[in-house]
Amino acid sequence: MENKVMTMKEAIERFVHDGDTLTAEGFTHLIPHAAGHEIIRQRKKDLILCRLTPDIIYDQLIAAGCAKKLVFSWVGNPGVGSLYGIRRAVEKGIPKKVEVDEYCHFGMVCRLVAGASNLPFMILKSYSGSDLPKWNNNIKKITCPYTGKEFYTVPALNPDIAIIHAQRADRNGNTQIWGILGVQKEACFASKRVIVSVEEIVDEDITCSDPNRTLIPGLIVDAVVEEPFGAHPSYVQGYYDRDNEFYIEWKKISQDEKKLQEYFEEWIYGVKNRDEYIKKLGGDKIKKLTPKGNFSKPINYGIYL
Amino acid sequence: MIDNYSKSELMVCCAAREIKNGEVIFVGIGLPNIAVNLAKRIYVPDIKMIYEAGVFGANPRRLPLSIGDPCLVTDSTSVCSMSDIFMFYLQRGLIDVGFLGGAQIDRFGNINSTVIGNYANPKVRLPGSGGACAISILAKRVIIVTKQSKRSFPERVDFITSPGFLGGGEERESLGIPGKGPEIVVTDLGVYNFDKVTKEMILTSIHPGIEIKRVRENIGWKVKISDNLKTTQKPTENEIKMLRELDPNRIYLK
Repeated sequence: MENKVMTMKEAIERFVHDGDTLTAEGFTHLIPHAAGHEIIRQRKKDLILCRLTPDIIYDQLIAAGCAKKLVFSWVGNPGVGSLYGIRRAVEKGIPKKVEVDEYCHFGMVCRLVAGASNLPFMILKSYSGSDLPKWNNNIKKITCPYTGKEFYTVPALNPDIAIIHAQRADRNGNTQIWGILGVQKEACFASKRVIVSVEEIVDEDITCSDPNRTLIPGLIVDAVVEEPFGAHPSYVQGYYDRDNEFYIEWKKISQDEKKLQEYFEEWIYGVKNRDEYIKKLGGDKIKKLTPKGNFSKPINYGIYL
Repeated sequence: MIDNYSKSELMVCCAAREIKNGEVIFVGIGLPNIAVNLAKRIYVPDIKMIYEAGVFGANPRRLPLSIGDPCLVTDSTSVCSMSDIFMFYLQRGLIDVGFLGGAQIDRFGNINSTVIGNYANPKVRLPGSGGACAISILAKRVIIVTKQSKRSFPERVDFITSPGFLGGGEERESLGIPGKGPEIVVTDLGVYNFDKVTKEMILTSIHPGIEIKRVRENIGWKVKISDNLKTTQKPTENEIKMLRELDPNRIYLK
């Protein structure tokens, strides 16, 4: 069987190409920041970046000049404010002009559901009375053949590559996630290629002991990367909390182009990989972000012979 | 009743008092998040808080830092995907109240959280819809919480992200929009409801110490004032005590 386990460097080299339509999902939770940093280190370019909530990860990718277009439904630093890297690119073309293609969350969800189901579009009860359809020709209307009523539609989104971070996966890529699930399942099924980074690679008998928790089957996964602390500064349920100090700090960094370059030099170009990043971050920080344990009660699946 | 409170604290208290026990509330980011958490802790323990990230029946032990905070998951009723939240909970019609904010609110309760100025060439680029557009269409009723100024309360918003009553009258209904639209707008100066026929915003309660003149100076049209104008009840000791437990460093409630 093909070996899917590899380093982040290899996964990004092999599966992310210039000009790709890319989605790196994770709603506040499990944001694949280690992958984002590796894409910047490898200086990928002309990416079409899709994500419901482009937050710090896309602010960095866009400020580093990796993108030509942003497909989204809410852009901001959640709980903090604006993202200045994205704003500079969209408003002033610094470091390069980035086009925007904008929906509401429900619209983006439906685009991924359509993509994941191999359908051309999805109907939804949103957008009536909103100005969004006036400015986005991708949001169209259709008459229901059964009721004659009109509904808005959004087109399928089928990225070239999906990147997600999760708690654990086995070597075949069967991926288990708990806590906030966002649209990771939809994003992975919608995409042509999938990279999964995880806190831990576990044996298959662990994933198979709890199949309800397997959100993404290895069937659609191309690369599995073991990357502990790979979602920092976002969080991983049960592993570490969001580094909120960094989210607040990011505002100051992304506002100031010089500080932003210093950040890139120190934390992205200046480290070889996530291991070095974590060492630099330091044990005290990690300790501070680690929550107390709170285990779910075991359930009985039974053995049927 | 206490006198030492901030504007944001009073707004949050007003909004919290509007929730009925047992309702299913779709909770938005910012002040709505604090208002609903306050209400659940002191007034309406049986409400179900739903967060777009994919949590139904949240029971957070701390104030969530964002609407995707891990404290929303621990002890919640159910965690599901965002597609379940939007398709099965919201579109299915299970949400009683949508709690929203916005950069601009207009005379007919339309909300703008997209751009100030022209969309193609904006003066200010705002975060965009997020869940708000669909919530404003599909929740049975909507409560809006936002600070008031002449710029944030224009007669007509620059961009309708989330529809209120559009041009007023029956325009919303005629589009077949399922939800009934905005019911209450809470600002730092007062509380507004909507006229049943014209669907225009009407000042129904004014906050303690605020003069009508100040309301008029901070709104972009000649706002109607209810014949039964009330004075808003100040925050109670219990409300303030709980708010300061929720936001001990007063990051959100300055």
